[in-house]
Amino acid sequence: MGAFLSDLLHALQGNRRAAVGGLILAGYLLAALLGPALIPLDPTMKYAERFRPPSLAHPLGTDYAGRDVLAQIVHGSRDVLAIAVLTALFTTAMAVGIGALSGYSGGALDALLMLLTNIQLTVPAVPVYLLIGSVFQVRDPLGFAALISLWMWGPLARAVRSQILSLKEREFIEAARVLGLGTSHILLRELFPNLTPFVVIHFIRIMRDAITASVGLIFLGLAPFSPTNWGTMLNLAVFQTGAIYIPNALHYVLAPMAVIVLFQLGAIFFAHGLDEILNPRLRAPS
Amino acid sequence: MRGIRRVFLAVFTIWLVATLTFVVVERAPGDVFYLMAQEIAQARGISIEVAYAQVRSMIGYDPTRPLWDRYWEWLGGLLRGNLGFSYFYRISVNQILFQALPWTVFVLSVALLLSFGIGVMLGLVIAVRRRTWLDPLITGYASLTDATPDYLTALLLLILFALNLKWFPSKGAYDSSLTPGFNLPFLLSVFHHATLPILAYTLENLGAWALAMKGSAVSVLGEDFIAFARARGLKERRILTHYVGRNAILPLVTGLALGFGGMFGGSVLIETVFHYPGIGWFFKFALDHRDYGMMRGLLILTTVAIVTANLITDLVYPWLDPRIRMEG
Repeated sequence: MGAFLSDLLHALQGNRRAAVGGLILAGYLLAALLGPALIPLDPTMKYAERFRPPSLAHPLGTDYAGRDVLAQIVHGSRDVLAIAVLTALFTTAMAVGIGALSGYSGGALDALLMLLTNIQLTVPAVPVYLLIGSVFQVRDPLGFAALISLWMWGPLARAVRSQILSLKEREFIEAARVLGLGTSHILLRELFPNLTPFVVIHFIRIMRDAITASVGLIFLGLAPFSPTNWGTMLNLAVFQTGAIYIPNALHYVLAPMAVIVLFQLGAIFFAHGLDEILNPRLRAPS
Repeated sequence: MRGIRRVFLAVFTIWLVATLTFVVVERAPGDVFYLMAQEIAQARGISIEVAYAQVRSMIGYDPTRPLWDRYWEWLGGLLRGNLGFSYFYRISVNQILFQALPWTVFVLSVALLLSFGIGVMLGLVIAVRRRTWLDPLITGYASLTDATPDYLTALLLLILFALNLKWFPSKGAYDSSLTPGFNLPFLLSVFHHATLPILAYTLENLGAWALAMKGSAVSVLGEDFIAFARARGLKERRILTHYVGRNAILPLVTGLALGFGGMFGGSVLIETVFHYPGIGWFFKFALDHRDYGMMRGLLILTTVAIVTANLITDLVYPWLDPRIRMEG
C-alpha cells in the first residue's frame, strides 16, 4: 500500500487533470477535518440580517435567519463526506466480497449471486432507500451509509467478478494452485493486489454516487438529522423557507449546489486521471 | 429458450422485490396505525380500541394472524393486480397509481426519445469529425452533466425558467381551469407544463448518450465493411447513416431500458421539484405522511415497469441484430 501511494504521487505529477482533481478532493477533506474548528458556526437567528448578499463578513451571504452560509457549508461538509467515505467503505467491501466469491467459485453460487446483482441493478435505488430509510428511521451518518451501501454494490461486484474470471486463468494463479496454496491465500495474496488500482477508481465513483444519493434523500426530507447537511440546506431553501422565490436569496440556494458540483467534478477528474495513470492502454501516445 | 428464461427472471425479480417490501413494511413502527386510530376515534366519537380494530380490518393488518397467512393473502391480492392499501387516503393504491402513472410514463418516454435521438446524432458526428471544436465541447458538457445530480439540474431549470423568467409554470400537469380531454388548449397546456421536467431529464442524459454513441461508432469505423463501402464509392453521408450509424446504435439499444429505469428512479426528486403529479411525486407524498402502504405499492409498480421495459428490449434485440439471432 505504501509503495502504491508513492507511485501514485509520482504519477500524479505527470497528469495535470488527475492533479487538479486530487487537489479539489484534498481541499474538501481539509475543509471537513479542520474547517469546523477554523470557522465557527453561530446558530443565533438574526432576522434583520436575512438573505444578505455575499460580503467580506459573509463570503457566501446569509440564510433565511441571518446566519453565515459559508460556515454552514463548511460544517456540513464533515457530515456529507463522512457519509460518502463510510458508504464507499461498506459498498466496496460488499462488492469485492460478492464479486470475488462469485467469480472464483463459479457454478450455482455464482449464478445465485449474479441473479441478486442483476436485481440490484434493475430496481431503482431512490425508492428503495426511501422505503427502507423511513421504516427503519435512519438517524446518523453511519446508518445512512449502511442504507445507501445496501443498494449500490451491483456495478462494482459485477466488474470485480469479470476481473477475477480473467485473472484466475493467468499463469501465476495456475502456479499458485499447483503449489497447493489454499483458496484464501490465492484470493487475498495473489488476486486482490491485482484488483487494487481498479477498486480505488470505483471507490471514488461510489463516494460521488453516495453524495448525490444522500444529499438528494435529505433534500427530499428523509432523516434530516443534521442542520448543516447540504441536503438539509437545500430542503430548507426549496420547501420550507421559500428562499427559491426570493431573487435576493439566490446565493443561499446556489451555494450548496455549487459545492456538490465542484466535488463531483474533482472526483471525475481524479478518477479519469487515475485511470489513465494506472491503465497503460489509455495513456496518450507520446 | 432464451425468451422463457428472461420471462422467468423477470417474474422472479418482481416476486423477490414484492416479498422483501412485504417484510420491510411488516417491520414498520406500529405507531402509524395507532395515530390513524386516534384520528378516527376523535372524528367519529368512538373508543380508541374500536377505532384501532377498524383500522386493522381496513388495512388488512392484523398482528394476531400468523405472518404466513397474511403474506399469502397479500401475494394473492398482488397477483390479481391489487397493489395494496394507502394508509393516508384509505383507498386502494391502484386508484392513485392509475392517475399518476400516465404522467410519469409520458414525460419519461418523450425525454428518453429526445435525449437518445439528439445524443446519438451528436455522437455520430463527433466520432467522424474528431479534432474539431465540437468534440471537446460535447465531452466537456458530458462531464459537467455527469457532475450535476439530476435534481440540481431540475432545480436550476425551475429557478431560471419558472420562477424568474416565468416562461413555464412551476407546478401541476395542466392548467386546472381547462377540462381534460382531446382538445387543443388542454394538449398545449399539458406540453407547456411538461416542458421543464422533460428538459431536465433530456439535458441530464444527452451527453452520456453522445459519448456512448461516439465510442460505439469509432469501433465500427475501423471495420472492413466500412472501408469496402468507401472503396465502392458510396457517398460519405450514406456510409455515415446506413453503415456506421445503424451498426453503432445496436449496443446502445440495451442501454435504453437501463436509462428508462434510471430516470424512473430519479422521478421522485424531479417530479417533487416541479410539483408534477406522477409516480415520483406521490412517492414523496407517501414519505411525508409515512404512508408505507403507498410506498410499497409504488415500489412494486416501479419494479414491474422497469422489468417490463428490460424484457421488451431483451426480446426485441435479437430481432434488430441478426448476429444475436444466429447464436440462438
